[in-house]
Amino acid sequence: MLWRLWDSDGVYAFRHSPAAIIAASVAILILGGALFAPWIAQSNPYDLSSFSLIDGLLPPVWQEFGDPRFPLGTDDQGRDMISAILYGARLSLLIGLSAMVIATVLGVSLGLAAGYYGGRFDAIVMRIADVQLALPAILTALLIDGIARGILPPSSIENLRVVVLTIAIALSLWVNFARTARASTFVERNKEYVQAAMIMGQHPLRVMFIHILPNIMGPLLVIMTVDLASAILLEATLSFLGIGLPADSPSLGTLIRIGMQFLLSGEWWILWVPTLFLVALVVSINILGDFLRDTFNPRLR
Amino acid sequence: MLDVRGLTVKFPSRRGDFTAIEGVDLAVKPGEIHGLVGESGAGKSTIGAAIIGLLQPPGYVSDGTMTLGETDLRSLTPSQAHEARGDRISMIFQDPQTSLNPLMTVEDQLIETIQAHSDASTNTARNRAISILEEIGIKNAGDRIKAYPHQFSGGMRQRVVIALALCTDPELIIADEPTTALDVAVQSQVLDLIRRLARTRDIGFILITHDIGVIAQVADTVTVLRRGRVIETGETPQVLGQPREAYTKALMDAVPRLDRKLDRFSTPDDGEAPSAPALTTGIDAEDWLMEGAAQEHLGLEVRDLSVRFAGTRTSIFRKPEAYVALDRVSLTVEPARVLGLVGESGSGKSTLAKAITGLIQPSEGVMRLGGEDLPPARQRPRDHPARRLIQMVFQDPYSSLNARHRIGDILAEPLALYGLEGDKAKRRALAAAMLELVEMEPSNIDRYPHQFSGGQRQRIAIARALLARPRFLICDEPTSALDVSIQAQVLNLLKDLQTKFGLSILFISHNLAVVRQMSDDIAVLKSGQIVEAGDSETFFTTPSAPYSKELLSLTPAMPY
Repeated sequence: MLWRLWDSDGVYAFRHSPAAIIAASVAILILGGALFAPWIAQSNPYDLSSFSLIDGLLPPVWQEFGDPRFPLGTDDQGRDMISAILYGARLSLLIGLSAMVIATVLGVSLGLAAGYYGGRFDAIVMRIADVQLALPAILTALLIDGIARGILPPSSIENLRVVVLTIAIALSLWVNFARTARASTFVERNKEYVQAAMIMGQHPLRVMFIHILPNIMGPLLVIMTVDLASAILLEATLSFLGIGLPADSPSLGTLIRIGMQFLLSGEWWILWVPTLFLVALVVSINILGDFLRDTFNPRLR
Repeated sequence: MLDVRGLTVKFPSRRGDFTAIEGVDLAVKPGEIHGLVGESGAGKSTIGAAIIGLLQPPGYVSDGTMTLGETDLRSLTPSQAHEARGDRISMIFQDPQTSLNPLMTVEDQLIETIQAHSDASTNTARNRAISILEEIGIKNAGDRIKAYPHQFSGGMRQRVVIALALCTDPELIIADEPTTALDVAVQSQVLDLIRRLARTRDIGFILITHDIGVIAQVADTVTVLRRGRVIETGETPQVLGQPREAYTKALMDAVPRLDRKLDRFSTPDDGEAPSAPALTTGIDAEDWLMEGAAQEHLGLEVRDLSVRFAGTRTSIFRKPEAYVALDRVSLTVEPARVLGLVGESGSGKSTLAKAITGLIQPSEGVMRLGGEDLPPARQRPRDHPARRLIQMVFQDPYSSLNARHRIGDILAEPLALYGLEGDKAKRRALAAAMLELVEMEPSNIDRYPHQFSGGQRQRIAIARALLARPRFLICDEPTSALDVSIQAQVLNLLKDLQTKFGLSILFISHNLAVVRQMSDDIAVLKSGQIVEAGDSETFFTTPSAPYSKELLSLTPAMPY
């Protein structure tokens, strides 16, 4: 079983693509670091008692005044950069992944149904998608933030920042999934195996999810990867602009925003370290997405 | 003129080289039509591609010589080979829909080709193009040349493709399945044209086809290929009439005959057909199909059925004109008999099948199954008994099985859906038993469709249809995607099952010879209307409608 997996064409292509291997290693390293942050990081950036202002603005170790306790330096609060980044990546990935999953479920369901039924339902769903595309993510986020503030008690707003952010990002990403799923469904529904299922009188939901969905998974997997990167970037953007997470529970975007203030005062690491980390994460996920697309799309082979 | 010796073509892959062609010898004289015939995977097209120098990479010629006149084709540099292509060797492809550029007029495409190979001025080139079009039988060529490919019919378009191949005066033309995409009437015209060109212009033709009827009709000499090797070669009457090799003989026997009805086809034994697999499941699918009250024979009656499709809207204020696919069609499938439905492409055969199965909503008409009303698509609920009683076998076995499902799941689906068997383990056993009934190994149950050949997949599709315990089967061109030897096996299987279980079958095909072998009754469909219906043997011996006579006379008969 394991040998068959190792020997399959996809894994073979992977073993012979240095870019994919490097990208996968970087992504796994970052994912692992984020997942196990509480055990790896030496301090908890959310715990105000674990760091002190005396250690503030220390440069990375290789610079003058560097402190071996903080290999990549500290920010103005005295937080260890590595710990802050690991915890930040944890939040970023949590939001990115859940946004991606919500967008997939929403987009694929609507796209499948639109492609399967066609006609008026299809037209309505796709026009909604068009409208959604015309709204920038930041506007959607502000809208949802506003609605949440309007209907929820002020005390719970801060705790719901993550949820609001996730929903806003998911709403701006589902269109991709819906369009791809719809286009693929259009092709598949005219194939004879789908007609065979329809002739038998199977339930439309079963035809859609048991018969058609597995056959259109290829392109969807690629979009999932690429959109995971987009979701992480969107979260960073929103946090950077101040709509996202607050400074006391920083995500990568928040860290970059804080770092901006020190860009011109010589404390470059506070900006550059999380930025490079974010770039490495997004680029490696994108490379993996490209690799998946090349492998799963026979027309590009 | 063309002399190929010991041609070997290999395709390197990560699991070692795959030898597509091995030691093929081939000689074509000027004015000769040389047929290359073989089943899929025999390497027919690869030989053509190797000669014209257009092998799909990474394939390469690893051995052998190819000479055209005095030129050694293998030693040509890429640019010399490019010169020779078109100038000395041309090619005619299968599908005239895709081998012409839809955005260029026929004139532009012809002039471009002529000027690429000579210094002719545009005017000379145009005159030459017009005279070639006239030669190949396009009337009013001077005006028609300004048209775009889509303004020609399928047969005319294939003529234009031939004109393109012809306009540089080549010595050799390779025709790769030139008539496969065409209806019989058009096919015979195109074949006549090819024969005339070979005679009058002394062009050598290599005619690649899987259709032995086509070879018998026009080829002077023929080479029979199998798995990349030459089985037999020689004059057509000799090879097809008195074949020396067992394979050629078996292939000839498997071809359905138009001139008489046989009880069974003899099939070439290629070691792939399972030889009566041992009973391993403990359940007999035959008994299972026989048991139950569902053994009555059901006929189907269709009265004045019309299907209209919405046309394209020409103005927002006008209702789009409907396209009539079926025009008040009436036919009857007698209980436990086979009705053959024949007609050219676009005559509405598949539309009728879809209307009966409830995929398409007819605009008017009545259908009755076994005397009871059969509601049309939108009025037919999902749990209507007809959903189970009517099953369908599709044309393309490569798309009729869900590629992501295991064979066992595909087969168990109707059992679960119609509540025929509640127990999961029993469903599985029944599915395995049914595989046995269609002459496949029951152990195949855990494999995926892509692990099977076309013929095996069609057997699986038949097994799926049978597992619904149907009384009425619609077979829509069930063998037109299969090789003749496989076709013979599948048709034998269908015949056996029909007699054993007393199924009523609507058998749709464009191939008259196949229909003659399969049907008890016949209905001929033309442009959505029934032109003749009646007993099969009467139809084939004394057809009454002029269209039926025409259809029968145009179908290539096998003289051997």
